[in-house]
Amino acid sequence: MKNISPRTIIILLVLFGSLLYVLPSFHIDVWPHKKINLGLDLQGGMHLVLEVEAEKAVESTIERMSNELRRELKTNHIKFLDLKRKGFQISLKVLEDKGIEKFDKLLDDEFPEFRIVTKSQKDNKLSIVLDLPDSDVSEIKLKAAEQALETIRNRIDEFGVSEPDIRRQGERRILIQLPGVKDPRRAKELIGKTALLEFKLVDDKNSVEDATKGKVPSGMEILYQVVENRQTHRLSKTPFLVEKRTTLTGEYLTDARVNIDSQYNEPYVSIKFNKKGARLFERITETNVQRRLAIVLDQKIHSAPVIQERISGGEARITGSFTHEEAHDLAIVLRAGALPAPVHILEERTVGPSLGKDSIRMGLLSMLIGAILVIVFMIIYYKTAGVIADVALGLNIILIGAGLAGFQATLTLPGIAGIILTIGMAVDANVLIFERIREELRVGKSPLAAIDAGYSKATLTILDANVTTLIAAIVLFQFGTGPVKGFAVTLSLGVLASLFTALIVSRQIFDSILVNRQVRSLSI
Amino acid sequence: MQFIQPDINIDFIGKRLIGFSLSGAFILISLLSLLLHGGPRYGIDFAGGTLIQIKFNVPTDSDAIKETLKPLGINGASIQQYGDVTDNEYLIRADMSYEKLEGLSEKVQQAFINAMSDSEESEQSSEDKTASISEEQTPTTQSSTDKEISENSETSKAPPVEVRRIEMVGPQVGKDLREKALLAMFFALLFITIYISGRFEFKWVISGVMAACLMGGVYFFKVLNVSMPFLIFLALILAMVLFWFLRLKYAMGAIAALIHDVMITVGIFSIFDKEFTLPIIAALLTIIGYSLNDTIIVFDRIRENSRKLHRFTFDQIINKSINETLSRTILTSLTTLVVVISLFLFGGGIIHDFAFAMIIGVLIGTYSSIFVASPILLLWR
Repeated sequence: MKNISPRTIIILLVLFGSLLYVLPSFHIDVWPHKKINLGLDLQGGMHLVLEVEAEKAVESTIERMSNELRRELKTNHIKFLDLKRKGFQISLKVLEDKGIEKFDKLLDDEFPEFRIVTKSQKDNKLSIVLDLPDSDVSEIKLKAAEQALETIRNRIDEFGVSEPDIRRQGERRILIQLPGVKDPRRAKELIGKTALLEFKLVDDKNSVEDATKGKVPSGMEILYQVVENRQTHRLSKTPFLVEKRTTLTGEYLTDARVNIDSQYNEPYVSIKFNKKGARLFERITETNVQRRLAIVLDQKIHSAPVIQERISGGEARITGSFTHEEAHDLAIVLRAGALPAPVHILEERTVGPSLGKDSIRMGLLSMLIGAILVIVFMIIYYKTAGVIADVALGLNIILIGAGLAGFQATLTLPGIAGIILTIGMAVDANVLIFERIREELRVGKSPLAAIDAGYSKATLTILDANVTTLIAAIVLFQFGTGPVKGFAVTLSLGVLASLFTALIVSRQIFDSILVNRQVRSLSI
Repeated sequence: MQFIQPDINIDFIGKRLIGFSLSGAFILISLLSLLLHGGPRYGIDFAGGTLIQIKFNVPTDSDAIKETLKPLGINGASIQQYGDVTDNEYLIRADMSYEKLEGLSEKVQQAFINAMSDSEESEQSSEDKTASISEEQTPTTQSSTDKEISENSETSKAPPVEVRRIEMVGPQVGKDLREKALLAMFFALLFITIYISGRFEFKWVISGVMAACLMGGVYFFKVLNVSMPFLIFLALILAMVLFWFLRLKYAMGAIAALIHDVMITVGIFSIFDKEFTLPIIAALLTIIGYSLNDTIIVFDRIRENSRKLHRFTFDQIINKSINETLSRTILTSLTTLVVVISLFLFGGGIIHDFAFAMIIGVLIGTYSSIFVASPILLLWR
């Protein structure tokens, strides 16, 4: 080995480096420890795109502010009529000159964020419509999406999925990828549940029967308790007449745990309030002894126990015929907090693990068959030169694998298709060169001169041809989602790898053959 | 070994009218098929809907599946055998006519588990089976019944059915993806235009400005909510007109060949009534890349030969260049075809249509670089 050129060293370094990156994927643990990430379509898992109904967050904010306004009006003894929220607006009528005066002051002092939409005064009656400025509305929406993302991330972390990918997509969409999730339905329920926990007092003065017939007293609403019979899977729905006003919500929770009731051997969720929540809870239980307090989760009553005595210490339990799994998941969502707004699923793709394995097996099989056919063909058609092209092809595949592992890109089924396609196209560069060399040989050039001319003439062509493919691949990557992106990645890696192998590696092999032995004729 | 003799000299340019009329006929047939089918048949990626791939332990047929699905209100679902008959694997596809898509996949899974476990427990007639399911599956009961039964089925040894894949795409997402796919193709074409005009005619600036204007225009009208397919169609026609007046010969030849390839591939998909999914878009973009590869290699030779051979006419130069590169064109098409066919035969169901598109694309891309792209260069004489 007298003359090892710098090019040979570079090639060997690249080969060594890419082997280091490829090997961990075949369970041979060497230094970089980076395995090729398999996409959801290959390893099984769930891909979800959720949309946050951010309008609902705005509505509930405005609802809360209108409740505050009502309270302030009452404590300031301002007479008013028809205070109600419609969409994003609050409308009301204020009576008496003195009241209007006090109202204007109240609005300036306590509610500076409100924007006055319309205002008209007739005699001593002021009609006014209020809303929030657009910048506030869009900020609430933005916050809702951010908070939803954070909440969902916490829930999934507690649920225990390895390497979940959760991110914002656009303004109000959330992309969730859960590789290898075992029970997709349960995961979906856990993610999608709003988990708004509310405590509402049950109305004991009016009858539920009248209310279900349509005579709902003002300030009240009907909510249902749904109980399932374990044996028959039938559901029974019991209506309750409860106060619309929420006495306490889940935002004051500090903890939620699953416990087992020793008497009935049924799981329940015990919750713990923070200081403020505990104080509120104590006051509610104190002033409403012997009334029923409904525990409402997402507009469904879980239980409505009778308050026996004042409860201090800020602990309560949610019962309801839970399975252990349900209780566990409920505790998770209560701990992680409620979503600021409901979400709905826009897109779902779930692949079972067995299908993923099949896809890998079939993908590899067709890759192997395709590669063998191409390799054999190249040897038959180009003889020794064909072998050189095949060596370059092998290196090409290793380079793609190393690129995937090194950049931590994701290999998907279309990605495997991309590799297979690259096998077909990678030999193209070598074919171009070899055809050129043959042309030059035909003109009567010596092997060395023919190779030189062949490479130099083909290089520009190969560059042009590959750059355009690369352009298509990059555009694919920019616009694509999931599987298509995976395809774009392997295609781009394949193009770059084939440029390297065809222009540098196969050239080097030719050179070393020709320099070391004085070859008269070229086997091409 | 050698397939194509070095001294081959086929008069491709002389036969260009045959090529043009053949291509014209193909495009016409493609357009006709698209018209008859009412546009391309979008898969759930683009149309929205639900797709469920389900594998049974015991032989079933699609009528039994339909029967089980009926109580769920999925009457219009298409059921398709998937893979070999012995696999007992089916694709169930429901479109967007259902009010609530959320939870549909679970309902279907549950209905099958119920139906199968019923038939294991007792020899009920299929009518009884479906009746009992329909009582249980009222919407409100759904989420809670699911849990109970799936737990039961976990305890029994082998579940009778396995849901291997669920895909649900909402209508809005479908529309977004459709627009994105169209934009992706359009943008790819524009970037390629800049590169070709720059590399072959040194018209980097003029083609860049043109592409920027077209992109800007498309974005502007997109904001105004103009229908995207219509917009892209107009933009492509405008691009062709601009190519003509700006004398961007090579770009026009290449882009015309690409549009030709994509249109015919889409047409053949429509004729075979195959679905457009995201991987098919990937295939179309790869076809663009591949066909361009071919075209550029011929163009490259034309550029090289026109510098060298001053005595020849432009027709002769083009013809000579096509002939000189013919050997390489055929060989590369062959190796690429070999792998794509291997993918088609052994790659499995999901990749099947992708491979099919690629086979068509490789064939047409090879044809178009010889018979479409190069002869267009002669239009300016």
